Amino acid sequence: MVWLIRRIALSILMLWLVVTVIFLSLYIMPGDPVMLLLGADGFAPDPAAVAALRAELGLDQPIYVQYLRKLWSLLHFDLGISIVGDTPVIQDIARRLPRTLELVGVGALLSLIIGIPAGVRAGLKRGGGFDRIASAVTGFAQAVPVFVIGTILVLVLAQNLRLVPAGGYVDFAVDPARHILLLLMPSTAIAVGLSAIVFRITRASVLDVMPQDYVRTARAKGVPTARINSHHILRNALMPVVTVFALHVGTLLSGTVLVEFVFNWPGLSGMLISGVISRDYTVVTGVLTVTSAIFILINLLVDIVYSVLDPRVRR
Amino acid sequence: MKLKKYALTLLAVVCIILPATIAPLLPLTDPLAMDLAKRFALASFDAPLGNDEYGRSVISRLIWGMHISLIVAVFSSTIGCVVGTALGILAAYLRGLVETAIMRFMDMLVCLPALLVAMVYVTLYGPGAGSLIPILAVVSLPAFTRVAYSAVLTVRSQEYVEASHAMGASRLRTMVRTILPNISSAVLVQLSLATASAVVLESGLSFLGLGIVPPDASLGTMIGSARSTLVQAPQLLLWPCVALTLLILTLNAVCDLLRDLLDPRHVGSS
Repeated sequence: MVWLIRRIALSILMLWLVVTVIFLSLYIMPGDPVMLLLGADGFAPDPAAVAALRAELGLDQPIYVQYLRKLWSLLHFDLGISIVGDTPVIQDIARRLPRTLELVGVGALLSLIIGIPAGVRAGLKRGGGFDRIASAVTGFAQAVPVFVIGTILVLVLAQNLRLVPAGGYVDFAVDPARHILLLLMPSTAIAVGLSAIVFRITRASVLDVMPQDYVRTARAKGVPTARINSHHILRNALMPVVTVFALHVGTLLSGTVLVEFVFNWPGLSGMLISGVISRDYTVVTGVLTVTSAIFILINLLVDIVYSVLDPRVRR
Repeated sequence: MKLKKYALTLLAVVCIILPATIAPLLPLTDPLAMDLAKRFALASFDAPLGNDEYGRSVISRLIWGMHISLIVAVFSSTIGCVVGTALGILAAYLRGLVETAIMRFMDMLVCLPALLVAMVYVTLYGPGAGSLIPILAVVSLPAFTRVAYSAVLTVRSQEYVEASHAMGASRLRTMVRTILPNISSAVLVQLSLATASAVVLESGLSFLGLGIVPPDASLGTMIGSARSTLVQAPQLLLWPCVALTLLILTLNAVCDLLRDLLDPRHVGSS
């Protein structure tokens, strides 16, 4: 229990650090965000308008007031008002985030479904035909950037073979079949690289577990091979997979931005890119804050799952 | 088997990284020179891979694109390497408050998705190679710090470090002359890894239109712009995709090679 409380406290500390660093980096940056917004066209903006916007954004206050205000509003899930769109950033995120999470979730699930069985099989029969082919394929799959996979999928499956639509989004409630059809390609694009990682870790960790004494003991006792594989090897081999998988969630969230762009999936990516182009820093930092918070949360959950799988970590 | 692998890596370096590195010395046509008469032209003697939608030679754009990618990646990961390693050595050697401050800060940096951090930076500073290098350096920091940190933790209790202290060497001298050479192989392997991932990040940002600014060639921008001419000219999409994949595969192979040569413990497990 103490372990759990400490772990949660650490996560909150991390989140606070992330928020503080984002705040400070905006403050320290030489460019004035107001000038950035008003002076975008290259001519000097009206000083009165600058002062008005500064006051509106609270930028005329001393730094500690701005900081405390920021923390206070974040505690109320208020990420500020989009400077360009004039709507609360959190509203936009709340609408788009579930779509991004759906993509990440399905992609991650696919990668586990492909990666774990393949990794176990390759590890159990090390050096065999399957191991050699799968290792070569994953080495390649890991090297191809996710947006290249996505674009090639569009070129082959949508453009040439006309099997699936090239991209887009339909709400599940409106047309479930089409929703799933449109989900296929983007989630596959995410799953390719990730399943290669899952494969490699599973394989390496099966290889680590196989020569352990408890596996030999189980064999000596006459436990059936299938049971040894599932209860003795797999259960112990899965733990590193859980950790590494969680570490890759950050990369996954980055990769999803690119995949959504390729397939016109209306998740966080569209909001982020238009935010960057129109230099709307409230939108961009808002998305960054939320994504980092999700990353920290997932890592916390993984540690809890880990402690259930392996009580030894609860020190 | 090993020799064959090394020979293949060397061949890939000669065929891909070398031309990209010496691009300014090669007799290539100007990658920015447009010639509308040659729009979507197929392979010719001047342009062995054909021309793009503005009639620019695809091969010279590919090689120049890799050149820019490599410059951005090498500079950013070298900066990340120098700063990150220094911080890692300081944290592991000095311990105490310095260690806590540096390592917790790195833990925090890891929580920020690299691509999104880069996007925030581009929002404030605008795109281009000049803003890519510093932000990719920052993004690569935590890995270097952690690698150096854990390497120093194993090295610092060695007898030769103690001997260096006993001989009256200052802390700075011990860190630079005694510890640094002994952790350099781990750091070098990380440098090759960081270069490969910087290439991936740069191409991703350029693909979104937030990295290298057109008309400058970059593999990412080439892939991005080829998407709009997918139907007329799928080859324009294919070439940069192939080039980018080969570039990353080569960098990964170099990384494996370095690891094999520098880190004897790793050979058994690979």
